[in-house]
Amino acid sequence: MSLTMPVPDGAVIEGRADLLAHLARLLPADAVIGADSALAAYECDALTAYVQRPLAVVLPRTTEEVARVLRACLERGVRVVPRGAGTSLSGGALPLADGIVLSLARFNRILDIDLDNRCITAQPGVTNLALTKAVEADGFFYAPDPSSQIACTIGGNVAENSGGVHCLKYGLTTHNLLGLEIVLMDGTVARIGGGKTLDAPGYDLLGVVTGSEGLLGVVTEVTVRLTPAPQGIGALLAGFATVEAAGEAVAAIVGAGIVPAGIEMMDNLAINAAEDFCAPGYPRDAAALLIVELDGPAGEVEAQMDRVSAILADHGATSQKRTRDAAERLGFWAGRKAAFPAVGRISPDYLCMDGTIPRARLPEVLGRIASLSADYGLRCANVFHAGDGNLHPLILYDANVDDELARAEAFGADILRTCVAVGGVLTGEHGVGIEKRDLMGEMFDDTDLAVQQRLKCAFDPKGLLNPGKVFPVLHACVELGRLKVSGGKLRFADLPRF
Amino acid sequence: MERLAPRSTADVAAIVADCTARGHRLNVIGAGTRAGLGHPVTADAVLDLGAFAGIESYEPGEQIITLGPATPLAELDAVLTDSGQRLAFDPPDTGPLFGEAPGLGTIGGAVAANLAGPARPRAGAARDHLLGIEAVSGRGEVFKAGGRVVKNVTGYDLPKLLAGSFGTLAVMTRLTLRLGGRPPGTVTAALLDIAPAEAGHLMQRIAGSGLEPVAIAYLPAEVAVRERHPLAAAALLVRFEGPASALPERLADLQRLVGTAAPVEAIEGPDSDDTWAAVRDVAGLLPDGERALWRLSLPPAAGCGVAMDLTAALPGLRWFADWAGARLWLAVPAGADAAAETVRAAARAAGGHALLFRAPLTVKARVPVFEPPAAGVGAIERSLRAAFDPAGILNPGKMGPA
Ligand SMILES: Cc1cc2nc3c(=O)[nH]c(=O)nc-3n(C[C@H](O)[C@H](O)[C@H](O)COP(=O)(O)OP(=O)(O)OC[C@H]3O[C@@H](n4cnc5c(N)ncnc54)[C@H](O)[C@@H]3O)c2cc1C
Ligand SMILES: Cc1cc2nc3c(=O)[nH]c(=O)nc-3n(C[C@H](O)[C@H](O)[C@H](O)COP(=O)(O)OP(=O)(O)OC[C@H]3O[C@@H](n4cnc5c(N)ncnc54)[C@H](O)[C@@H]3O)c2cc1C
Repeated sequence: MSLTMPVPDGAVIEGRADLLAHLARLLPADAVIGADSALAAYECDALTAYVQRPLAVVLPRTTEEVARVLRACLERGVRVVPRGAGTSLSGGALPLADGIVLSLARFNRILDIDLDNRCITAQPGVTNLALTKAVEADGFFYAPDPSSQIACTIGGNVAENSGGVHCLKYGLTTHNLLGLEIVLMDGTVARIGGGKTLDAPGYDLLGVVTGSEGLLGVVTEVTVRLTPAPQGIGALLAGFATVEAAGEAVAAIVGAGIVPAGIEMMDNLAINAAEDFCAPGYPRDAAALLIVELDGPAGEVEAQMDRVSAILADHGATSQKRTRDAAERLGFWAGRKAAFPAVGRISPDYLCMDGTIPRARLPEVLGRIASLSADYGLRCANVFHAGDGNLHPLILYDANVDDELARAEAFGADILRTCVAVGGVLTGEHGVGIEKRDLMGEMFDDTDLAVQQRLKCAFDPKGLLNPGKVFPVLHACVELGRLKVSGGKLRFADLPRF
Repeated sequence: MERLAPRSTADVAAIVADCTARGHRLNVIGAGTRAGLGHPVTADAVLDLGAFAGIESYEPGEQIITLGPATPLAELDAVLTDSGQRLAFDPPDTGPLFGEAPGLGTIGGAVAANLAGPARPRAGAARDHLLGIEAVSGRGEVFKAGGRVVKNVTGYDLPKLLAGSFGTLAVMTRLTLRLGGRPPGTVTAALLDIAPAEAGHLMQRIAGSGLEPVAIAYLPAEVAVRERHPLAAAALLVRFEGPASALPERLADLQRLVGTAAPVEAIEGPDSDDTWAAVRDVAGLLPDGERALWRLSLPPAAGCGVAMDLTAALPGLRWFADWAGARLWLAVPAGADAAAETVRAAARAAGGHALLFRAPLTVKARVPVFEPPAAGVGAIERSLRAAFDPAGILNPGKMGPA
């Protein structure tokens, strides 16, 4: 991809020393990083194909410090890239040459655990898993569980509206959030959402800030809902001779009104990569593998497992295992959870795509991916949140071979175009970032994008917060805001009036 | 007043563009029957979206539907029921609360008001089910946002912003919603003769358990006996859904959980559905036309306590709690200001807020329907309004002074 980032502001780059000195006056001494060697750690996120050293990194500890930094950057016209743990797969946290990185790493405290109201308030740098760990002993958990949950932060989850294997039943980040504190580029601190209530007066700002990829405000506090731990959990593992049969089984399960905690699918290449990596006992010869997890009241889980098992058999499962035992269940998941490292072992590099498609189009789309794979001469393993149609094709390439990265990216773009063409979308949970930015035109026309950018302008009129992400073309807010008046004549004279 | 009835999205765009150029204000309506929602709109013309009715595409296998916003909820419900599906957010039919016939509401109205029924804590509100939209902004431009799949983070979540915006940002011309399956079985457990304080604690115990209740409500005696489904005494109600064979065990588990607080009585079949429809539609506070109706959003554990405090402070108050206490409905004598100070102060002190759902115009002239926003938030809301509707012609005044 020949990625064009916003033209760096030469004056800002030249003023770096002065900026560093100014930031050092605003923040405690250990909160400003300017040394080149130390900046290297912030050069990229998990989309490692792109690197850029920032002007500086700041590590504030309080909301007031964040506000101070943002105000200073606004005055000086300095761009700001917020950063959590840097596990974004779409390049959302990629630094800018003329910008600073604002790391939330030191916002690492849990502030309030309120079991009566089933919610927890934490600073944004707390990891996703730490939330569950904090309440597990009391019989609760925080439901959205991205595979990166040991590392990724709740602030990053909010910015990306992250999902996980259990979001089929429990929803994405957006469905589990109650309130946020955010700081705007001009230093305004706003509490949005309901706090501990399910809704808030006025417009749904919580809804739009969630998934806004760090372009609207810096999240400095998060309140999320807690879910009671299920009484019982069961899982089934089934192999299929064709992808179509597995796809139809998924549709039949969901269509029967069953809401599993999760349904995951892996294709043959992914199955074998997992077997080689950690031997979870998957059927190596199966074209597709399904893992179905059911949870809930104990008696209900048993009844639903019977129903699911019958549906899997009806749809031609060539092998089936089922379990209520925790260790065995985690064994079923071991290969799926290790899919990325497993693929990492059979290929030096890989790109993880993230389109969503209508479930019924799955066989067709997988067929298309297979033929693209042949055309591009690159292997592609598919793991996939089958219950909600969210694909994760992993394109295998070697960055040290001439044009393989470029080919992998072109292949990925073709996959995403296919997703859109069948009625799906570019990204289900990883975000647009820089990775899918230039494909936004596949889904949205200029007007659609102008409406979205005007929303950005309402929060950040100077466009200093994480620019170059999400939108393929940047327009100045004044230009977007101008009202185009189309002259006097009534164009709807022939309408029925009463 | 002039009534404009566009037949296509292009018509809507042309009308809005012209009105913006002339500064003509529009009152946007779905079913076209309801005047009392929010604050009265000062408008030069009515924009009647009645022609945008009907289902465009329905794929039961994908559990997705695309339809016109003026489609009546009653019609939609009938189509979904035929395929064993439903709108999981279960929007209320509040017509009768306003002295109208039941069954008149539209899906667009339900979305624009972000309505939700008793299953909200588990199933979400309209915002959580609106996947995609086509709309016309106050600039008269047609745009789309979201998509036709459940999992989508491509671009900002504008469907959420438009849900609950009461037609003040854009006119929606097409909606795509996700659907839920109807459960194979359902049952309601009733715990009778529970006092409010105890109900508050019990509801949290039940909501925090692994029993997966779908809805939890508490009706004090006065309201319970007036419900459409007659209950003999104050009732804590818990709804369960699932395979019929697994439901008796849930009732037994619930009995174990609540111990000697009360015997668990089962309400089955259509009686169970009717009971929840009554809770959803606020039937227990019907008709009481003279009273003002408040809707409070609270941290769930605070709900019953706030109700008891207000009962002491406001003679003649009637109330019930939904969402395990997180939603409180209050009927108070309308008076001059519907006791706004007292009600709002109590809600705020508990970490919540209050919405004036129904009141005479004289009251609304003094009392904001919506809780006024905090300073930082108010500024963002004004900027957003200006971004979408710079001339301020869409439903001006609906959500309060601009
Ligand atoms: C191995 C692996 C597995 C993964 N599995 C999943 C998965 O199952 N599901 C899934 O959805 N994602 C998954 N991801 C993607 C990634 O973990 C998520 O997007 C995660 O939410 C990013 O969190 P982070 O703290 O690392 O954020 P970062 O990568 O640091 O930042 C991500 C974006 O959020 C913004 N941001 C971060 N913090 C804030 C803040 N406090 N305020 C404002 N903006 C902020 C940044 O500017 C950037 O745009 C996976 C990634 C990896 C590497
Ligand atoms: C604060 C509050 C007050 C309420 N007051 C009343 C009341 O007084 N009377 C009553 O009957 N119900 C009231 N309700 C309930 C609710 O409005 C109705 O149940 C239902 O939503 C109305 O349906 P309708 O189709 O008649 O919508 P309408 O009354 O036509 O519209 C309801 C709202 O949605 C907007 N809207 C409708 N369609 C579109 C669209 N396509 N695009 C953009 N905006 C659209 C309208 O501008 C209006 O703001 C109230 C709800 C709330 C939250």
